[in-house]
Amino acid sequence: MKTSGSQFFRTATIGIVVVGLVIFALSGYMQPLFRTAISPLVTVQTWLSTRFMAVYEFVTVPRDIASLRAQNQALESEVAGLQAQIIELEQQLREAQVLYALLDFARSSPASQYVAAAVIGRDPSPFLHYVIIDHGSDHGLRRGMPVITDQGLVGRIDALTATAARVQLVTDPGSTVNVRLQSTRTEAQITGSVTGEIELGLVSQDTPLLPGEIVLTSGLGGGYPADLLVGQVISVRSSGTDLFQSASVQSVVDFGSLQAVLVITNFRPVDITPLIPTNP
Amino acid sequence: MSALAAFPVLIITLMLQLAIISRLPLLHGTADLMLLVLVAWALQERVRTAWFWTLLGGVMVTLVSGLPFYMPVFGYLIATGVARLLRRQVWQTQLLAMFVTTFAATLIYHALSLAVLQIAGRGLPISDSLTLVTLPSALINLMLALPVYTLITDLAHWLYPAEIA
Repeated sequence: MKTSGSQFFRTATIGIVVVGLVIFALSGYMQPLFRTAISPLVTVQTWLSTRFMAVYEFVTVPRDIASLRAQNQALESEVAGLQAQIIELEQQLREAQVLYALLDFARSSPASQYVAAAVIGRDPSPFLHYVIIDHGSDHGLRRGMPVITDQGLVGRIDALTATAARVQLVTDPGSTVNVRLQSTRTEAQITGSVTGEIELGLVSQDTPLLPGEIVLTSGLGGGYPADLLVGQVISVRSSGTDLFQSASVQSVVDFGSLQAVLVITNFRPVDITPLIPTNP
Repeated sequence: MSALAAFPVLIITLMLQLAIISRLPLLHGTADLMLLVLVAWALQERVRTAWFWTLLGGVMVTLVSGLPFYMPVFGYLIATGVARLLRRQVWQTQLLAMFVTTFAATLIYHALSLAVLQIAGRGLPISDSLTLVTLPSALINLMLALPVYTLITDLAHWLYPAEIA
């Protein structure tokens, strides 16, 4: 009886102590004690976790490299695709810029009618300076029509089919254009060469000719309309013994990167060959 | 079959020439892919259609070039003639024959072009034409001779498979 009484007393004491501790804990009085007790546990837990993760990573590294490689490959292919897309878009942008420039030029000169065409090839012979455009007689083009860009004179149509045309550039050795010097309004003539340089000739000795002079088409001969910009004089060759001065002309058109051109369709060249007197 | 193959091969060659090769000058000279293809084809041992290919290639170039109509045909026929001649002379080293023919054919073709253009009234200075156009063209042609010859040899082997005894 005594044993059961003391056991009850012990149990009651433990219960009171436990309830007291719970009440203390809930009321926050046990925090310093918990902090002190938990701190080393957290340290140990951290150490254990770090070591475990290190072992885990060591064990799972090969799988990660494989997955990373696959991921890297997928990303690289995506980057390559995006780069190709960028190049394509840049190309489209350049083409659009060229076309906008041509459109602006056409709007600024409403008197002429234009057909825009893309340059699709160059003459196979290096001695000749011709380009091939993707418009022909089906688009209203005719032989002899002048070809320009927004910058200036390119040449004229030399031959054509229904869907394509061959354009003789002003740099071709067989090209001759009657021009006028802008400041003095002196008539002259430019010819192309095998190297693509444009030679200005037939300028009389008493005409002041200086580098920087602007060269425009004169319209003489009926081959080209007047006042199309051709280029600028860059160097003058004048000798007292020569009848005429000559000069090198820098064309305003970059013939190396010619992408699109305008054909003036409402200009019909005049053939003056029958009017040129021949020797009897 | 070989004659029919001439059409796609030469059309592709011409398109590559117009769109790419002619836009890649060295000084003022450019490669002549059609000349290289025709010469390489003419040097193949089992090929029997070299002259047909040459005529077809010449006509195709004539259609797009500003040269007088007879000039490319005539020039390529001479180049093929040189190739067939050298094939018999140096048959053991076809690759050497390809290089020799390429150089000789380029010089002959350009000399003819110059002569024809001079007759047509275009004043082309011979020294400039030689140093700035012909020699650079010959150099590019020599550079392209090996890959073109390899491709054409593969094509010839495909069209004319070796007979197994």
